[in-house]
Amino acid sequence: MTAVMQARLPAPARLRDPMLPSLYRLERLQWDTRDTFSMDLLPQNGADMPAFKPGQFNMVYVYGVGEIPISISGDPGRRDVLIHTTRAVGTVTRAMSEMKVGDTLGIRGPFGTAWPVDAVRKHDVVIIAGGIGLAPLRPAMYRILATREHFGRVVLLYGARTPGDVLYRRELKQWRSEFDLDVFVTVDRATGSWRGSVGLVTQLIGRAPFDPLNTVAMVCGPEVMMRFTTLELEKRGIDRNNIYISFERNMKCGVGLCGHCQFGSVFVCKEGPVLRYSQMQHLLSKWEI
Amino acid sequence: MRAKNGKVSTRAVIDRQDFQQLFDHLSAQGYQLVGPRLRDNAIVYDELSAVTDLPIGYVDEQEKGSYRLTKTAQPTLFGYGLGPQSWKKYLFPPVVRLWQAQRHNGGFDVIPEDHEPRLLALIGVRPCELKAIAIQDRVFMGGAYADPIYQAQREQLFIVAVNCGKAGATCFCTSMDAGPRAASGYDLALTEILEANRHIFLVDAGSEKGEAVLRTIPQRPATDLDIAAGERIIAQTAEQMGRVLDTNRIKEMLYANYEHARWDQVAARCLMCGNCTQVCPTCFCTTVEDVTDLSAATAERRRVWDTCFSLDFSYIVGGSVRASPKARYRQWMMHKLATWIDQFGSSGCVGCGRCITWCPVGIDITEEARAIRSDSEDKRFTPATGGRKHEHA
Ligand SMILES: Cc1cc2nc3c(=O)[nH]c(=O)nc-3n(C[C@H](O)[C@H](O)[C@H](O)COP(=O)(O)OP(=O)(O)OC[C@H]3O[C@@H](n4cnc5c(N)ncnc54)[C@H](O)[C@@H]3O)c2cc1C
Ligand code: SF4
Ligand code: SF4
Ligand code: FES
Repeated sequence: MTAVMQARLPAPARLRDPMLPSLYRLERLQWDTRDTFSMDLLPQNGADMPAFKPGQFNMVYVYGVGEIPISISGDPGRRDVLIHTTRAVGTVTRAMSEMKVGDTLGIRGPFGTAWPVDAVRKHDVVIIAGGIGLAPLRPAMYRILATREHFGRVVLLYGARTPGDVLYRRELKQWRSEFDLDVFVTVDRATGSWRGSVGLVTQLIGRAPFDPLNTVAMVCGPEVMMRFTTLELEKRGIDRNNIYISFERNMKCGVGLCGHCQFGSVFVCKEGPVLRYSQMQHLLSKWEI
Repeated sequence: MRAKNGKVSTRAVIDRQDFQQLFDHLSAQGYQLVGPRLRDNAIVYDELSAVTDLPIGYVDEQEKGSYRLTKTAQPTLFGYGLGPQSWKKYLFPPVVRLWQAQRHNGGFDVIPEDHEPRLLALIGVRPCELKAIAIQDRVFMGGAYADPIYQAQREQLFIVAVNCGKAGATCFCTSMDAGPRAASGYDLALTEILEANRHIFLVDAGSEKGEAVLRTIPQRPATDLDIAAGERIIAQTAEQMGRVLDTNRIKEMLYANYEHARWDQVAARCLMCGNCTQVCPTCFCTTVEDVTDLSAATAERRRVWDTCFSLDFSYIVGGSVRASPKARYRQWMMHKLATWIDQFGSSGCVGCGRCITWCPVGIDITEEARAIRSDSEDKRFTPATGGRKHEHA
């Protein structure tokens, strides 16, 4: 009955041009590692800040330079600040890193699909991140930890290049001590006083404490890492339908109109970035799709 | 040949000598007329003021990588086929400014662009192009976010379609269920009939707007003989179709052949120029350009047509996703003929043949699809008899 009625509802009113950015003010810029920084942003002129779901992204515009997709890395429970964590790798990200408190940025969003946090209560959750891939997963962590009692075991497996590249270090430590949470961090290359594991994040999957038959996995990192991670997760016996991946593709619009983010028949900006492995597996086994 | 619902709805006849009145009437209603005109040895779409602006008497010959126009002594208004341009340039302009930004101490303001749509009467829209517009309607207006520029212009059109009296050598609209008869999506549809002693247009109104216009210009009801003459022309055109594409389970067929050797062969010939995506009436991809003036006091963002044949198109840090030419050609053809069906519920190809005619090295989408099917790794997809899907029994 409801389904039938919904199908008849008129299309949503299209009041706003989806390509028009809203203006945000940079309140704080803080370097997390030598190449990665987090920005606290607030809407200019006291405008409302839209709610977002963990895993969603914004299109971030730097005046005269360009616009790029960046995931929201803050707490979805907080409506007082918008946080983005960005690695400076090229034209736009570097320009962002050079901005001063008080400067203006353009924001369009939030766009895309979310990690299925609320839908997977009662399950064990294993979160697997590589490099900057931890940023889009942090909102999911916040959400889970805010209602920790609803979940089974919660495991975070995180791989960074070197100890100096480990993101959100203080927070990781704090989560470990305050919550019932297993955190395993590994680095490709150990330096200094690193006492943790060395090697690929995929090597942690085999011994991580979760019940594969009742586990939901959320994975974000470089695509090669995600290809191997999903294979390892399958080896542990997790159902393909319970593995979620966040994909990265070139994006010019974020709203399904420019064609750039196509991955097979999927528009990553609107059907993703978070997608089920079972839906994408046939494409992940091929190259250059 | 009958219309889809079995009902022949062609109703009125306009004489050639009264045809200008259609133009006059639309102009008087405030429409800017646009349609085929001769420019630099090709037929392009541009503004029209009189019937005599049409490429009267011209016919074209098209083949893989070639296009030639000849002037004949015939007084036909619509005797030629498709030129390189499609109507998408009006609904989805090649370059548009999305907005401007103005800098002031530390910050900037965004100044939205006023995209005033124009009242446009499109004259001479071919059936395959009507279908292409319907396909782009789904792309630009069918999702959660609509393109406001497209949507606003779309609402301001008067569409005069023309059923095809001659199929080009690169045409295959019958395979794609897109022609040679206009099925829907027009205000008026014409069939040009030129016989020894008469030159008339059979007119079919497809909307109330169309009917209202028809009523105001000199016309008479069509007789059974007029209607039969129109039907013969369309049937003949269907018979002349220059090419065929077997669409039977084409999506599954292509999905089973991502690694077919043919992709390497075609990529070795392909120049990656993107001509096919520019001329294709359904290709919708765009990129954006951000520019500032010299003092950086103002900035603007433009949206421009893009092509999946470029390396930049799929660039992400670390390199392009589709780095090899094979992957890029495959993306184009897979999108047109297969993934489009999953995305938008129909093929992304209407069989207009433009990509074949305007390919500098003569790559032919129908030939590539046939080569893959005939040598499919999965034998369920080997071609049936002749492979013509839309036989008109
Ligand atoms: C859904 C999504 C979420 C993302 N979230 C984050 C995040 O939270 N933090 C972060 O640091 N990075 C994130 N990225 C990657 C980020 O968008 C790129 O690093 C960024 O676009 C690079 O732009 P640039 O101009 O600095 O680099 P250049 O190398 O100068 O890039 C030139 C242009 O190519 C395109 N491009 C380059 N790399 C990418 C890429 N990886 N993905 C998409 N487009 C690209 C952009 O249009 C860019 O402007 C995300 C990407 C996607 C698709
Ligand atoms: S793919 Fe080629 S034949 Fe098909 S609609 Fe596009 S240009 Fe026309
Ligand atoms: S991806 Fe390529 S084939 Fe598909 S619409 Fe865009 S330019 Fe055309
Ligand atoms: S980013 Fe434009 S369609 Fe997905």
